Amino acid sequence: MPVCAVRDLVKTYPALRGRRGAAQAPAVRASDGITLDVRRGEIFGLLGPNGAGKSTLVRQLTGLLRPDSGSISVLGHDLVRHPERAARLLGYLGQESTALDELTVALAVETTGRLRGLGTREARAERDAVIDELGLADLAGRALKKLSGGQRRLACFATALIGERPLLVLDEPTTGMDPVARRAVWAAVDRRRAERGATVLLVTHNVLEAESVLDRVAVIDRGRVIACDTPGGLKEMVGEEVRLELVWRDRPPLDVPEVAALGAAARTSGRRWTLRLPADEARSAVAAVTAGPAFAALDDFTLATPSLEDVYLALGGRAEGLVKA
Amino acid sequence: MSVVPAQAVAGAGPRPDDGRAAPLAPRARLLPALAAVYRAQLSRARVARIPLLFVATFQSVGIMVLLRGVVSGGDPARSVVSGSAVLVVAFVALNLLAQYFGQLRAGGGLDHYATLPVPPAAVVLGAAGAYASFTVPGTVVTAVVGCLLFQLPMAHLWVLAAVVPLSGAALSGLGAALGLLAPRQELATLCGQLGMSAALLLGVLPAGRMPEAIGWARDLLPSTYGVEALAHSFAPRPDWFAVCADLGVCAAVGVLSLAVATWAYRRAAAR
Ligand SMILES: Nc1ncnc2c1ncn2[C@@H]1O[C@H](COP(=O)(O)OP(=O)(O)O)[C@@H](O)[C@H]1O
Ligand SMILES: [Mg+2]
Repeated sequence: MPVCAVRDLVKTYPALRGRRGAAQAPAVRASDGITLDVRRGEIFGLLGPNGAGKSTLVRQLTGLLRPDSGSISVLGHDLVRHPERAARLLGYLGQESTALDELTVALAVETTGRLRGLGTREARAERDAVIDELGLADLAGRALKKLSGGQRRLACFATALIGERPLLVLDEPTTGMDPVARRAVWAAVDRRRAERGATVLLVTHNVLEAESVLDRVAVIDRGRVIACDTPGGLKEMVGEEVRLELVWRDRPPLDVPEVAALGAAARTSGRRWTLRLPADEARSAVAAVTAGPAFAALDDFTLATPSLEDVYLALGGRAEGLVKA
Repeated sequence: MSVVPAQAVAGAGPRPDDGRAAPLAPRARLLPALAAVYRAQLSRARVARIPLLFVATFQSVGIMVLLRGVVSGGDPARSVVSGSAVLVVAFVALNLLAQYFGQLRAGGGLDHYATLPVPPAAVVLGAAGAYASFTVPGTVVTAVVGCLLFQLPMAHLWVLAAVVPLSGAALSGLGAALGLLAPRQELATLCGQLGMSAALLLGVLPAGRMPEAIGWARDLLPSTYGVEALAHSFAPRPDWFAVCADLGVCAAVGVLSLAVATWAYRRAAAR
């Protein structure tokens, strides 16, 4: 039995009547017949550009929004009929954090734990554990709104973890985060999957993230699932190569043999090298340029997965809005 | 024995609520959840609202100083002092809470609570309680300063211990309901401010000289009964029956307005 089963989900936001002179906003069919299954222990992603309908879909899965029609079953519970059960089945990280903004990180996490039904002692113990796990100890006493965007996001992620749930629903969890914070998120997600069999459903518009952390991806466009497979499976639809872009500070360190080898295969434009490589070679190339003297000379790099993007385009999606970083 | 696969029986779709449904995690119970919300809200209020509490207190003390030239002793002085003291409660509990819930709703902050298994009453009562108790220092300062300014007896200021929570409940319930029901955030802020202006005009200005219609409005405003209870207690020989009656009305209105606020929260959270 899938952890989360969605059938023919339809949700239309009604047209907004324009005020004197203002144009009328038309009705938006934000979920247009969505069907998907998330299996137990899976890290399942929803990928699509802004406005594709990802948040609308997860807000229906978390009982926040009532679908017009269709069915949602989470862990065997009918959430269309009993939306209030969602809070007792899953942990949710929304895109907003206004409820917690003025609290300290520690208090935000502890309070959320209490409200998820933990006792005082449990809540404190779990609070400390989660804060440690995510490397938030130094920020624990600071108010969320005094943190950087990425730090605040990480603190909100901590609130989604406290008070264990078998399913985590995360809406763009890593937005604005630096690589260290991102790694902390993925490690925490992975640990919950490996040690406790948790299932994770997450939203992203980041192609690289989708490529590297997801077991399966549903590609969403205009409220429809236009493809659903493993990242590898989707990639095979359009070939197996990935695109690596390297930007050097001034001159590439050609004295590093790996870099010299890459240079031979690269298309160069100014300080930018563009390479098309099989995924495993790209991975070792990234490893080579993110270490030692090569890293010192590196200004920026992106490992793009043109295949996912190309899948997306080939299936009729719009390109703008997908992030490749 | 039937060996029809479950899939075939269930049809193509999933079968919700079948026997294998996972157990539900327990709900947060009302009192612990209320305590947690209260604590969090109090800490929020401490960080963000102390300057506003100063403003509220300053405003009330300023009004009393202004009116000292006009009013001298007797009934009017009592109602000026008690009206100004309760005005602090109105400023924080009605105005700021309406603003807060309006903001929370507009910014999607309610989603956080709505996706936790917490009773709606805990969220509303916790926030209302925190805002109301946050007004205590300002109310006490205002009442003491007022007593000194108008030479009123301070012997029965302990009545504040009932007036603040009861009018706090009534006003913060009203504030929360306004914030949650207003179709837009700006309207929530506006309503809160109008409510506070009403508390100012109807509570502080002596009632005797008002036109009848305004007297009716005054009777409808929940803070009025807190003001009257406190005013009675400044009398040389307080009429305790009247004090209790006013506090009773205050309590009833408090229960009612908190119930409305809870209903409004449910409505706002389950869009
Ligand atoms: N509350 C709302 N009212 C009206 N339209 C909305 C609302 N929320 C989202 N939409 C519209 O629905 C579509 C999908 O939005 P959303 O689910 O937020 O997309 P995503 O999360 O993929 O960026 C967009 O066109 C958006 O403008
Ligand atoms: Mg979104």
